[in-house]
Amino acid sequence: MATEELLDEHFRVETMPHIWCPGCGHGIVLGALMRALEKSGFERDKTVIVSGIGCSSRATGYLDYDTLHTTHGRALAFATGVKLANPELNVVVITGDGDASAIGGNHFIHAARRNIDITTIIFNNSIYGMTGGQYSPETPEASWATTSPYGHIERTFDLAELAKAAGASYVARGTTYHVNPLSNYMLKALKKKGFSVVEAISGCPTYFGRKNKMPTGTLMLQWQKDSAVPRTKADKLSAEEMKGKFVIGELQDIDLPEYTEEYGKVIKKAQERRR
Amino acid sequence: MKEPVVKLMQGNEACTEAALAAGCSFYAGYPITPSTEIAELMAERLPIYGGRFIQMEDEIASMAAVIGASLTGAKSLTATSGPGFSLKQENIGYASLTEVPVVVVNVQRVGPSTGMATSPAQGDVMQARWGTHGDHPIVVLAPSSVQETYEITIEAFNIAEELRVPVILLLDEVIGHMREKIVIPDKDSLKITNRKKTDARPEDFLPYKADEDGVPPMADFGTGYRTHVTGLFHDETGFPTGDPKKADALLRRLHEKLDKAKDRITLVEEIETEDADIVLFAYGSSARPALSALRQARELGIKVGLIKPITIWPFPEEVVDRVAKKAKTIIVPEMNLGQLIREVERASRGQADVIGLNRVDGELFKPEEILEKIKEVR
Repeated sequence: MATEELLDEHFRVETMPHIWCPGCGHGIVLGALMRALEKSGFERDKTVIVSGIGCSSRATGYLDYDTLHTTHGRALAFATGVKLANPELNVVVITGDGDASAIGGNHFIHAARRNIDITTIIFNNSIYGMTGGQYSPETPEASWATTSPYGHIERTFDLAELAKAAGASYVARGTTYHVNPLSNYMLKALKKKGFSVVEAISGCPTYFGRKNKMPTGTLMLQWQKDSAVPRTKADKLSAEEMKGKFVIGELQDIDLPEYTEEYGKVIKKAQERRR
Repeated sequence: MKEPVVKLMQGNEACTEAALAAGCSFYAGYPITPSTEIAELMAERLPIYGGRFIQMEDEIASMAAVIGASLTGAKSLTATSGPGFSLKQENIGYASLTEVPVVVVNVQRVGPSTGMATSPAQGDVMQARWGTHGDHPIVVLAPSSVQETYEITIEAFNIAEELRVPVILLLDEVIGHMREKIVIPDKDSLKITNRKKTDARPEDFLPYKADEDGVPPMADFGTGYRTHVTGLFHDETGFPTGDPKKADALLRRLHEKLDKAKDRITLVEEIETEDADIVLFAYGSSARPALSALRQARELGIKVGLIKPITIWPFPEEVVDRVAKKAKTIIVPEMNLGQLIREVERASRGQADVIGLNRVDGELFKPEEILEKIKEVR
């Protein structure tokens, strides 16, 4: 299907134009998700898309699905209620780096630990864009933000490693520069039973870029191209060689019991015991 | 109709049984004293009926999960106590603005902070009304016995479903943990309300266009309506709006839908107020010693009455106003330093003296204390 047809199919075109700045990477991430959703075979009327608060979380308003734009950091907690109450629904979460890793960090860990069948797409643009450029747990070390006017001293939180350790079934990281693989990871994540995460490195030229000598969408893409290291190559590099870079690729793909299926067994057990 | 079942039961247990009778099929919660029995019983009982229970990672997540579940059509419950109730507030506001029916139980304990976890209090009366930010509508109910807890839990679900509003059920440690005789009505005799569902075609459906009663019919997620739900101010389409007129219309409608139903949802018991010189205004577990004090005072020939509100919010101001016209004094015993007394003062408009009687030591009032106060003001 041509892009325009896909837009008509998956988007509420009447809600356009979107709120994102010129050069913002979020449209690319959402486009990749749209293509993945198209290929997934998910029935649109049986798919719920949930988001938190922030630039990326506004995406739910544009998508022609049942959509739930929730409170800051809590998208996964709302989504857990949706999925557990009706496991027949496909549930996708759209969240930003601040939303997922700071205020919503606990929900992220526990959704992964439960391995509930929710696909989480993290739009990671390294900054709080909606509020004007404050650092997030994903802001690279030694870069600049409005709340780190003397340079950023905190270490970056590797959300993919966190998701792996907490027990997610599928974890991948891509960028808006490597857009086709990104969309492919999303498709695999959507089809994977269990908790799946795709971290999409996105660009914010307006706030992150401007503070860090990358004030255009093109420069942000160039930075992604230069900093992304495929997993196979990264395995052979030392920590020193990986400094300032990040790994892309499929980082975990395992089969584990899925939460709502396990709860289905609980229901069966409770009803049998009753009899 | 079958014979009603008579049992000895805790308030928390009665709350659970009533929730199930009301059709609750989803519970999310986090352990906290003195509400935990509700979670434990729900964990055991819900799956038997095909319902679902989850212990979330925190109170905030529990509140979020019940809202998500309710949007799929499941009647949903969460229960907590003071500190957890504080944590739930942001998402209670979300449910209020997005008009998602949910019931939140707060088994009150002494606060602020960790306070006294196993002692009763009535310190969350104002928080139940104003805990979340903004001018939100909310309904708060406070039963005073195990029997009432059963009946009012069903009422809480009915109001939440009918008006698409979060309903707070304020118990306290004594009501929650006390065991009392309870008559469980036959299921067929219960009046159960379910939310209005839309019958519009998906292409014509406006998810936030209200009917006459101020309440918009709902479409569950997964039924082909593709609705958008947001905590941003929205118009009838459900999409965000910055239009001042539409913003104003939304917030006013949310309040008007409660105003229109006020008579039905304002549950108040009046006991011997007709000829009373002194009227007690007491709710929750404070209403029990108040009633005993009333009986003792009447035996002494003192004309005492009792207003026992079960609905605290919306506040039953018409009843207070009417009673204040005749009574000389209204005494308000509360297990706080004087919260609902402010509303009693406002509603009585200077027509009667309003006097508080307060305890914040985690102990219940004794009838004698209230009787003493009655004699003192006589």
